[in-house]
Amino acid sequence: MTDLTRLTAVEVARVVRDGEASAVDVAQAHLDRIAAVDDRVHAFLHVDTEGALAAARAVDEQRAAGEPLGPLAGVPLALKDVFTTRGVPTTCGSKILEGWRPPYDATVTRRLKDAGIVILGKTNMDEFAMGSSTENSAYGPTRNPWDLDRIPGGSGGGSSASLAAFMAPLAIGTDTGGSIRQPAAVTGTVGAKPTYGGVSRYGLVALASSLDQGGPCARTVLDAALLHEVIAGHDPLDSTSIDTPVPAVADAARRADVAGMRVGVVREFAGDGYQSGVQQRFTEAVDLLASLGADVVEVSCPHFDYALAAYYLILPSECSSNLARFDAMRFGLRVGDDGTRSAEEVMSLTRDDGFGDEVKRRIILGTYALSSGYYDAYYGQAQKVRTLITDDFTAAFERCDVLVSPTTPTTAFRIGERVDDPLAMYLADLCTIPSNLSGGAAMSVPCGLAPEDGLPVGLQVMAPALADDRMYRVAAAFEAAFAERSGAILEGVPAL
Amino acid sequence: MTVTVEDALTRWQPVVGMETHVELGTRSKMFCGCATEFGAEPNQQTCPVCLGLPGSLPVANEAAIRYTILIGLALNCSIASWCRFARKNYFYPDMPKNYQISQYDEPLCVDGWLDVQLGGEVHRIGIERVHLEEDTGKSLHVGGATGRIHGADFSLVDYNRAGIPLVEIVTRPDITSAALARAYVTELRDLVRAVGASDVKMEEGSLRCDVNVSLRPIDASALGTRAEVKNVNSLRSVERAVRHEIGRQATRLEAGERIVQETRHFHEDTGTTTSGRSKEEAQDYRYFPEPDLVPIAPDPAWVEELRASLPELPAARRQRLTAELGLSDADQLAMNNAGVLDLVLAAVEAGAPAADARNWWLGDLLARSNAADVDPAELGITPAQVARVCALVADGTLTATMAKDVFAGILETGDDPDTVVATKGLRQVSDVGALGTAVDDAIAALPDVAQKIRDGKVAAVGALVGAVMKSTRGQANAGVVKELVLQRLGVAPE
Repeated sequence: MTDLTRLTAVEVARVVRDGEASAVDVAQAHLDRIAAVDDRVHAFLHVDTEGALAAARAVDEQRAAGEPLGPLAGVPLALKDVFTTRGVPTTCGSKILEGWRPPYDATVTRRLKDAGIVILGKTNMDEFAMGSSTENSAYGPTRNPWDLDRIPGGSGGGSSASLAAFMAPLAIGTDTGGSIRQPAAVTGTVGAKPTYGGVSRYGLVALASSLDQGGPCARTVLDAALLHEVIAGHDPLDSTSIDTPVPAVADAARRADVAGMRVGVVREFAGDGYQSGVQQRFTEAVDLLASLGADVVEVSCPHFDYALAAYYLILPSECSSNLARFDAMRFGLRVGDDGTRSAEEVMSLTRDDGFGDEVKRRIILGTYALSSGYYDAYYGQAQKVRTLITDDFTAAFERCDVLVSPTTPTTAFRIGERVDDPLAMYLADLCTIPSNLSGGAAMSVPCGLAPEDGLPVGLQVMAPALADDRMYRVAAAFEAAFAERSGAILEGVPAL
Repeated sequence: MTVTVEDALTRWQPVVGMETHVELGTRSKMFCGCATEFGAEPNQQTCPVCLGLPGSLPVANEAAIRYTILIGLALNCSIASWCRFARKNYFYPDMPKNYQISQYDEPLCVDGWLDVQLGGEVHRIGIERVHLEEDTGKSLHVGGATGRIHGADFSLVDYNRAGIPLVEIVTRPDITSAALARAYVTELRDLVRAVGASDVKMEEGSLRCDVNVSLRPIDASALGTRAEVKNVNSLRSVERAVRHEIGRQATRLEAGERIVQETRHFHEDTGTTTSGRSKEEAQDYRYFPEPDLVPIAPDPAWVEELRASLPELPAARRQRLTAELGLSDADQLAMNNAGVLDLVLAAVEAGAPAADARNWWLGDLLARSNAADVDPAELGITPAQVARVCALVADGTLTATMAKDVFAGILETGDDPDTVVATKGLRQVSDVGALGTAVDDAIAALPDVAQKIRDGKVAAVGALVGAVMKSTRGQANAGVVKELVLQRLGVAPE
């Protein structure tokens, strides 16, 4: 019999629809796989066995009743633990939320449930999505299925690792500076950050409100596009959500041709700090696109050099305010409430105990950057840089339909290698941050294994805001041509 | 040496600026769909958004924006064509997110004014800004002597109020006296009510003032250091708080001490203020644009529609009505300053003749209010009751003296005028037969007076009428009595 965990989401949905396997069988196969391998990978913080089986049963009953099934009905999914799930623990990888069961579903959660998607559980992440390795989780790191001594990327390492280890065919991530794309790149999977405002943030526990964006993770571009269409679309509960039709990303992924498209290579994303194998696979990827009929041009985006600096002012500023609500008063951890201490002392002790080092580092940075007398020099200046970066994109997109770059400068590094060097850690997001600052769409698709370490390399495809379909079209065309030439990358992942 | 207010005012010029918060009368909260009704069980009108639960997001209430613009237009402000909310960051248990969504350097309305009438003059008070924000929850400190946080055994927080839309109206430091401060708040309250933005129930805390007071030597132009008195919640308290600060600051300054720039608390019971936290250790609020909300960009055409929809404002209404009723400007001023103009107008609307309504509210009823130390509106006599009493006097049921007794009876029992008349037996006697005996008795008792009248000194009739009034305990119709007396004595009426 087919191993249900090796199927793509499209295949799983078809199998369920055609009655070759029940949704419960599919869910159980994935729960069994999690039970078998996740003690080594640690992709999940919470597995919701009962909830998953109940959701699967509902799909089977729907089918039995002859009701129409959605395109992804019965497909299991791993949900990043930063989205609220009614009655199901939501920790954001932080001790401060240990045991919190939200009283409400995020809009993304609700849309997944409405589509008949089976949520297997909540995936591990860097605490409050701050990190590029999942090592900042209060519940221990996730390991990369390609090499268990290496990081799976971050912050959404749990989601990507669950895909690469065949524990789920679909996952949801969030991308504030690369937290969907960089984990996708280093695990050989696909991850997309939609245009800012494309997917509702209601129920997404905020890191940096103006940068956060939920998005789909999958093993194929088409699977990601189908999931994108489930979660995207206007939400009256999020006033930054875009009120225009969702781009036809699944059609674009099925079309999958690049003939005549203008593909821009960003000159600034190369040189020092880029691993040679990453450079090599990226160059080959560009050549492959050219061979498919794309017009390749080089573009310069000079202000991208300042993106990281601006990002590390805007993000901490917003997060210092967003994380103020974790105060022990209404939910989550409470430390030192022995009847003698003031509310202020209890808040302080709770935050001291409940937040990890990286979270404290960014809260302190942001508090400083917003302080009276420093605001203009830091937050204000960073906003100006943000505008210049957006202008760079606008100019580049006048000459190109999409931009491409390596997703991340290196392959997966070793666990522990960068934990004591925050700046080195931050460099993992060098190529992904600009599109968060501009609000455009961007995704990562596998483009081979680096010759020197045999680890996955990601190709980033960036598109203008609201043109998400363009990046899916290019990524799908690349994916198909690459598979034809070299086979699917994930066929090489160790069996565990 | 304590300097009295009156003494202080001979050497010091008070400079007062006000920040007034008004809860808007929207059905739902500022950023979520929760109800705003007053008096619900604690924490029953809450949801993930107004509790600040992780992941929740605000969505701005359009009605609140409309009300704020209406207030801004009524205050002659410019309406911003584009503005944003901002986060004001500070930690406090009754603030769910530990930041308040407010407006900072981009308020919705700026640069207006409000004309306030006081003592025969119109004072133009500059309005610096009108902006929109959300209210906090309410802390209740249990145990301890004072009900304040210090010494309390524990504290409870009710988040029903958290997220209720608040408009903040900030004046320029144009207010020059305690009485003007009170007159300003009165005028502002009436204006907010008139545009329909709130019913402004001060007893429910839906209008709260922060009063900034400083003194400068008379004829000096540089401003002194100010103190900010927080949460002054009634018209009377506004006046008392300013007066107290004038006395306190003059006392300090004349003793050679400095005024500390600080927040002070007003105490209703004593009418005094005490120091809160000083501004030196005050918070840095780290304002920045609220990234969870899109900017507000009111369509200019919509703003013009709102401007056209503004109702007649209180000052214009007063002018028009007093003119229509034939009351003089002096009357209007007197009534306005006494805080009875609206009561008079309401009594007229309920059917009272304008002159009578004016006389009652400026006379007997104002005296009663002053004696009870309450605003006339809170005396316990409604304009409709005044109109009814006027009608009873007009139809001869009551004498003027009896009418006063009826008002006293209303205040004693809370009954309506007709019930008071019935239970007290206050009914004027006009029946000639019933009065005849009393008149005869009076003539018999005062033969000298009767003789004077017979001799042509008709003015002396008052003494006989008085005697009849006395013997009938005021219930006789004085006009009828006079006619009867003259008739019995064979003298023609004048």
